[in-house]
Amino acid sequence: MCGIVGLFIKNPKLESQLGALVAPMLSEMTERGPDSAGMAVYRDPNESGCKVTVLAQEADFNWTKFESAVSSNFSVIRFFVNQNHAVLSLGTSLNEVEEWLRENWGELSVTSAGSNIEIFKGKGNPSDFIEQFDIKNMTGTHALGHTRMATESAITTEHSHPFSTGQDLCLVHNGSLSNHNRLRETLKRAGVQFKTDNDSEVAAGYLSWRLSQGDDLDEALNHAIDDLDGFYTFAIGTKDGFAVMRDPIGCKPAIMAETDDWAAMSSEYRAIATLPGAENARIWEPEPTQIYSWKRS
Amino acid sequence: MSKDNPTLIESATFPRHVIAEIQRAAKTGIYDIRGFGAKRDIPTFDDLVFLGASTSRYPLEGYREKCTTEVVLGNRFAKNPIHLKTPVTIAGMSFGSLSAQAKESLGRGATLAGTSTTTGDGGMTPEERGHSKTLIYQYLPSRYGMNPDDLRRADAIEIVLGQGAKPGGGGMLLGQKISPRVAEMRNLPEGIDQRSACRHPDWTGPDDLEIKIQELREITNWEKPIYVKVGATRVFYDVTLAVKAGADVVVVDGMQGGTAATQDVFIEHVGIPTLPAVRMAVEALQEMDMHRKVQLIVSGGIRSGADVAKALALGADAVSIGTAALIALGDQSPEFDDEYKEIGSAAGFWDDYQAGNDPAGITTQDPELAKRLDPILGGRRLANYINVLTLELQTLARACGKSHVHNLEPEDMVALTMEAAAMAGVPLAGTSWIPGKNGM
Amino acid sequence: MSTIDLNKSSIRELNEKLQNSSPGDKFTVNNTVGKHALSVGLTKNINVEINGHVGYYCAGMNQEALIKINGNAGPGLAENMMSGEVRVTGNASQYAAATAHGGLLVIEGDASSRCGISMKGVNIVVGGNIGHMSAFMAQSGCLVVCGDAGDALGDSVYEAKIYVRGKVKSLGTDCIEKEMRDEHKQELTELLKQSNMGYKVEDFRRYGSARKLYNFDIDQVDEY
Repeated sequence: MCGIVGLFIKNPKLESQLGALVAPMLSEMTERGPDSAGMAVYRDPNESGCKVTVLAQEADFNWTKFESAVSSNFSVIRFFVNQNHAVLSLGTSLNEVEEWLRENWGELSVTSAGSNIEIFKGKGNPSDFIEQFDIKNMTGTHALGHTRMATESAITTEHSHPFSTGQDLCLVHNGSLSNHNRLRETLKRAGVQFKTDNDSEVAAGYLSWRLSQGDDLDEALNHAIDDLDGFYTFAIGTKDGFAVMRDPIGCKPAIMAETDDWAAMSSEYRAIATLPGAENARIWEPEPTQIYSWKRS
Repeated sequence: MSKDNPTLIESATFPRHVIAEIQRAAKTGIYDIRGFGAKRDIPTFDDLVFLGASTSRYPLEGYREKCTTEVVLGNRFAKNPIHLKTPVTIAGMSFGSLSAQAKESLGRGATLAGTSTTTGDGGMTPEERGHSKTLIYQYLPSRYGMNPDDLRRADAIEIVLGQGAKPGGGGMLLGQKISPRVAEMRNLPEGIDQRSACRHPDWTGPDDLEIKIQELREITNWEKPIYVKVGATRVFYDVTLAVKAGADVVVVDGMQGGTAATQDVFIEHVGIPTLPAVRMAVEALQEMDMHRKVQLIVSGGIRSGADVAKALALGADAVSIGTAALIALGDQSPEFDDEYKEIGSAAGFWDDYQAGNDPAGITTQDPELAKRLDPILGGRRLANYINVLTLELQTLARACGKSHVHNLEPEDMVALTMEAAAMAGVPLAGTSWIPGKNGM
Repeated sequence: MSTIDLNKSSIRELNEKLQNSSPGDKFTVNNTVGKHALSVGLTKNINVEINGHVGYYCAGMNQEALIKINGNAGPGLAENMMSGEVRVTGNASQYAAATAHGGLLVIEGDASSRCGISMKGVNIVVGGNIGHMSAFMAQSGCLVVCGDAGDALGDSVYEAKIYVRGKVKSLGTDCIEKEMRDEHKQELTELLKQSNMGYKVEDFRRYGSARKLYNFDIDQVDEY
């Protein structure tokens, strides 16, 4: 079980404060999810190549050595290390980069790939995560965060949300699926790869599979209503914005709010209360199976 | 083989009772509803034995070399934890499923024995509160009779997610037991069949449960321990989540746990035996370093002091008895055998608690039948039984060299079968093999 | 009149103060920022005015007190209320007045799903709309909806009475439209007056139990 938060900046003047605004939201969700936290931040678009975030499980991973390997193989637009993650913004196609990583740096896992997205995940208390990853100083257009109370799978960094479902796509989930084990096997046969036994990862894998079959995001989510069983509030991050959807029974909490400056969602109002202008925001609860989305035009 | 005609062979897949059930289903079109717990043969505590004192371990003498049985439950957050003289408690059973006299007997008996009783799906009766010195108040999905005055009168609050007989199912009471008094307490029309709510009405999931526990503590001034009870299914995760949500005590009820009424298929085919449930619950607590800090009560087929000792040896802090308590009061008594036969059963086999025509006057609302149970006598019988369980527990603990029953450990036991060894996590007798542990 | 600022006082301090007050006392609570379990377990006829949005279970198990929330309420507002009155100027989230036994809950805005779930005698008046599965297993009391009702209204309802002025998206199992007789019109008039809703009784329709699920019957097997 968990807490989820999402923030979409409408007023470009606030982009420099994205991190400062979303960090307290995540912090409010600590009690719902004390085990681990994660954040997807959309910023610094790289339209000429790809941006990839990698995670090293080992504490003593040699980032310097890795950085030279990267620069000798690719043109580097930006390379920065954040705790046990590194964000690589490169001038090469994603396929090439992913293949090179798979072949030469198998000990690293890719948490996100695309042009704007960066995903950071950490085990332990969400407040520590916010401090260590310096979330407060991040800038960008939109962010999705998650605090986790592990239900049936282990507490590891890999099990933390957001799960990346495809380029610039990610999913955070509050709830519990009941048919994810068989669905995982079906998706594996269709070529989807899984790193964990986590139910949310199956939901993420399902959506990216549907997208690869030609669905747009709305169609994929509508298919999910039929194919996923259980209780869920989903927040999905896309390149240009984010979407929210609840299952038909609609028991897991979800609240949304909007002002001229931002649009936000969370599991509890307290997280939204931290945003400037929250007292006068339009506040509502998403209807089950309806998709709510915001996009930059 | 039949003794009348030795050539007849009964099918193991379709024995007579299965054939009778198919015939009943065909006749009535409704599933079989009954009381009692799982009846089929599954691994129990009987498959574990203690390694008593020997050359390397020394037993305690009786009397002066004390073996203490006191237990404290709920000291994690509550101002007033529960202090009991014995680790045997009485499980939640509703007024409605049981008569008022039965609830009073349980209260009287538990008080004499120095332990607690628990309300059930109908709310708190004055008889039970008046006669039970330590009363745990259940907080169930139905919320029948729930009110803050009773909440404050309780000594602890037990949030029920499920019970061993029907994990995932809700309370059930049929029309014949919805008497005027029961109807009033539950706010239902008299004589109807009560429909069950299986989820709590105002929270779903451990993240919301945490907030619900906060609310209950705020209403009761943080004084009372909060128990969380689950039927044994995914025990490891459930216990972990209960602790994370803020529970002071966790109660795990195995599939042998009884009920007053539910579908037979639910009782026999959902939930896991108490034996592995205890082990998994303790593992969850140990992994969070919360063993003995959040106490564990187990129930589901506890019958003798040996069962109590084994549950404690596996790491439980206390046990609950339900079915056994009713038998101590007089359920299944041979003195009613003729009457049991009149209603299609026999002493020792009776499980139609839902019918409300119990000759022993325990699982009924019929005033004439209920009168048969004298609460003072019933209370004394229950106290006797609990005292025997406690003495047996002490006997075994002493024989293993323990001065407190909580010092019993898994290493004091071995298993007689591979299943029990795997489920309880103790070696098969004569070997060091624990199937399933460390890849073995 | 006492003022409590939740930026300075804890939730425990707030509840302790309110629970230990005397009949007739008045309190104002500020800076609520969506906090949970505010003003719960009150037992006396006091006045509490809460300024701001509140989290889960505000006014839980209320007895006697008059509580007004100037803002929105989270899930479980006035759950298991026994008596007294709770009023919300904004919207209420799911499970409002869950399992409540008495008193009056007025929601001036909208209520979310499962409003009045398992209600046991409370009266609820909603100025706006209500969400799906409202009055699920509702045993007794009245639910008055001045706007529209969502899917599965009154699913598995027992004896609670439901009055709706707007549209009902769909009715739940065993819930049917029923005749509005004089005693119902009187009851509704009284509730509209108590809650200050200026609507006409003639515009409402009544819904309640068809009573077909009261005894397990093989002919009802499709309903399960």
